[in-house]
Amino acid sequence: MTWTLVALLAAAAYACKVTGMVLVGGRRMPPVLDRCLALVPAALIAALVVKDTFSTGDQLVLDARAAGVGVAAIAAWRRAPLIVVIVLGAAVTALVRRVAGGG
Amino acid sequence: MSGSGEPVDLRAVVVASITLGAAVGVFGVAFGVGAVSAGGSVAQACVLSLAVFTGASQFSAVSVVAAGGTTGAALGGAILLAARNCVYGLTMSRVVTGSLPRRLVAAQLVIDESTAMATAQNDRRAQQLAFWCTGATIYVCWNLGTLVGALAGTAIDPQTYGLDAAFPAGFVAMVAPHLRHRVGLTAAVLGAGICVALIPFTPVGVPILCAAAAVLVGIPDRTVAARVAIDTVGAP
Repeated sequence: MTWTLVALLAAAAYACKVTGMVLVGGRRMPPVLDRCLALVPAALIAALVVKDTFSTGDQLVLDARAAGVGVAAIAAWRRAPLIVVIVLGAAVTALVRRVAGGG
Repeated sequence: MSGSGEPVDLRAVVVASITLGAAVGVFGVAFGVGAVSAGGSVAQACVLSLAVFTGASQFSAVSVVAAGGTTGAALGGAILLAARNCVYGLTMSRVVTGSLPRRLVAAQLVIDESTAMATAQNDRRAQQLAFWCTGATIYVCWNLGTLVGALAGTAIDPQTYGLDAAFPAGFVAMVAPHLRHRVGLTAAVLGAGICVALIPFTPVGVPILCAAAAVLVGIPDRTVAARVAIDTVGAP
């Protein structure tokens, strides 16, 4: 690992954040853009959920995580507190993994 | 996550932020171990976590380096993963306002978790509290975890405790409020579908970026649901 990589990655990562938050984000935007931006969390976080649940690298996989996240989804829909949802998701995944012997 | 009109439970927001921070800390340890075993120094591991502060990019860069990849290859994949923070920043600029220095600090805290926690609240004050509290807690835990992992060199395997499922589980809870109105549900289903369809065919990081195209369902301004969606993030 080189310090060049560290420095370039740090600069690029902050540039991404600051472009959205400060350079572009500070301005008034047309209502249509506001409506679309309001949907960013729904679209991207849903995508993160399926990626973190059903993939490893560029492979689609079905393993213990699906059971854990499935139980977590039911708990979330029933408005359980976030802590309960997270602990249930992790615990069910660990349990299924242990029972299935690896997974 | 309480309905409009109910008193907002700010304590619950703080407790949830700290829980999330603790889980992130474990991954910080895993990152510290990974960075050092990929040939990085303790200082490099710590500077990555302090300055880059976006976990997926850091893991990606370290794994490319560990596999013998070039600086360019490590950088390319990591930047693709970091690019979504630009989109999050646009959304969060509606919530986090104030002086320029304040927004420059806030920018560093714009990550998956802080954005998700903030937008899961439906009251402006709770959104701001959730953003700062989640961002700050995770910043501290992620960096402490990195230092511990880099120094210790051995970590508990997050998989043993199902901690790799802690993130999608947490994100499910945070996306839930967005699914209770139709346009949010449509965007979520479309975003998830785009992501799954692209995972086998595109480099890591690209599927999440492309999922952002799902926000285009917000273009028609014909439903009350669309206004509810804006209220979730935008209106005071």
